[in-house]
Amino acid sequence: MEYLEFELPIKELEDQLQKCKLIGDESEIDVTETCKQIEEKLAETKKDIYKNLTAWQRVQLSRHPNRPYTLDYIKAICSESFLELHGDRNVKDDKAMIGGLGKIGDQTYMFVGQQKGFNTKTRQYRNFGMSNPEGYRKALRLMKSAEKFGIPVVTLVDTPGAYPGLEAEERGQGEAIARNILEMTRLKVPIITVIIGEGASGGALGIGVGDRVLMLENTWYSVISPESCSSILWRSWEYKEQAAEALKLTAKDMKRLKLVDQIVKEPVGGAHANKEKAYEAVKNAIEKNYEELKNLSPSDLVDQRMNKYAQMGVYKD
Amino acid sequence: MAWFKRKDKGIQTTTEEKKDTPKGLWYKSPTGKIIDTKELEQNHYVSPEDGYHVRIGSKEYFEILFDDNQFEELNADLSSKDPLKFVDTKKYPDRLKAAHKKTHLKDAVRTAVGKSMGKDLVIACMDFAFIGGSMGSVVGEKIARAADYSLKNNIPFMIISKSGGARMMEAALSLMQLAKTSAKLAQLAEAKIPYISLCTDPTTGGTTASFAMLGDINIAEPGALIGFAGPRVVRDTTGKELPEGFQTSEFLLEHGFLDFITHRKNLKTQINLYLDLILNQPLRIA
Repeated sequence: MEYLEFELPIKELEDQLQKCKLIGDESEIDVTETCKQIEEKLAETKKDIYKNLTAWQRVQLSRHPNRPYTLDYIKAICSESFLELHGDRNVKDDKAMIGGLGKIGDQTYMFVGQQKGFNTKTRQYRNFGMSNPEGYRKALRLMKSAEKFGIPVVTLVDTPGAYPGLEAEERGQGEAIARNILEMTRLKVPIITVIIGEGASGGALGIGVGDRVLMLENTWYSVISPESCSSILWRSWEYKEQAAEALKLTAKDMKRLKLVDQIVKEPVGGAHANKEKAYEAVKNAIEKNYEELKNLSPSDLVDQRMNKYAQMGVYKD
Repeated sequence: MAWFKRKDKGIQTTTEEKKDTPKGLWYKSPTGKIIDTKELEQNHYVSPEDGYHVRIGSKEYFEILFDDNQFEELNADLSSKDPLKFVDTKKYPDRLKAAHKKTHLKDAVRTAVGKSMGKDLVIACMDFAFIGGSMGSVVGEKIARAADYSLKNNIPFMIISKSGGARMMEAALSLMQLAKTSAKLAQLAEAKIPYISLCTDPTTGGTTASFAMLGDINIAEPGALIGFAGPRVVRDTTGKELPEGFQTSEFLLEHGFLDFITHRKNLKTQINLYLDLILNQPLRIA
């Protein structure tokens, strides 16, 4: 288990608890009372820390190295039924964008999402969850295939951004994202989007236009990452905490701005603290939202979706 | 007497009496692994040691994919004509006759309908043994009619490609089979009937420029050669050495043209899993 800086008091207590238990195991001293006290304090501390997270702390949690990633969710939710599909039918199979069919209960869904790696090797293999144009085109191909057969789409967003590479530009990164956004606004099947980690700008929105957009509690979604924002507006990387506050990028803020529809609660300590619980929460959220969308006619569905996006923006008239 | 002098005659059996191992008992894979043909057959014609997928024909694929090898063949009697009076080193009709004699096949594709894991499936499977699995009018027409059968009866469609490309002896008539089969697939797509394309070794030329690359999913067996222009042509034209693994299934997967590669032993469950998912019906696998 890795601890973030603001989680150090928790680590300290957990270490104490472990030592206390060890003493109890190895000697005759009765430690139950002490252990209980520490446990209580631990629960208290956790509650305090996670209740009042700053925006930057949530950003840190969203990037926690132990946090579950797209394929972890899909495999946990669909188990044996998941069939991964590959390729954009054009230049490449993008490893930073995965997709495939899987069942929740009796219903098939088409899953699409950015994929990060869990160690140095796999992080490189997954290009740190930064898709190239072929990733967005693969995603679109799969969504179109789902539309053809009336299969609802679930997208899981977790990206520090679309890949800013030379070849990505040559192959039309902007065009690929733009095409996805347009096609997703008029796709004739329900789209449920869940931000499970980082939602960085166009790279996230490229698979993030949905009838329902959900954010896990400790995720962020904005037009730019706090670091980049700091470097552009403050001309230094040092102001990331301030930038994170200013951008209003947390789930709560995004909900208040009516840019996302729901917040999915995470287990105490974040999704990685109790992965099974996090999978369950996401699964239930998908099923619940699909229940509400499945009886809409394709034209009503598209109308509602387009209206939703038409409402976004704040201005003086 | 020299010590090496033989007292008795050594080998006594006459040539006529000689016992030979019957032909076809053993199979040698390209990496040199030897395997008993019976065992090979039980292993879906995949060499167990190196995983080499031996080239097989429609007979074997039908056996693998249809339940209890039960199926009804469609348009089995369609056979080729010689509209262009084509002659190369042989007359085309002679070539057809020779191919028929060698393979007992009417042409380079067989189409059939049957149950796969209990549900109907139409399969068009090419036979490389018949003039290199080349596509002429008969291949085009049989595939088109099989697709029509799918369309009429709302049954998923699958083509197993194994072909060197269009049949030169039917010239542009062959070429237009690309358009004819693609048009049929467009109709299937309109009707939202799933179409699976399986690319096997080799899938080249006109087949890749038509039905082999047009599946709702394109899948392949491991290590198959899949490409439009053959590797020799590419090398000679460009004057460049080809990268390792060029035009293999794995190369195509990496370049985004395949949905996945499947071992032959998993083929039946994988295609039926896909069909259950895309048609949103209960899973047949446990």
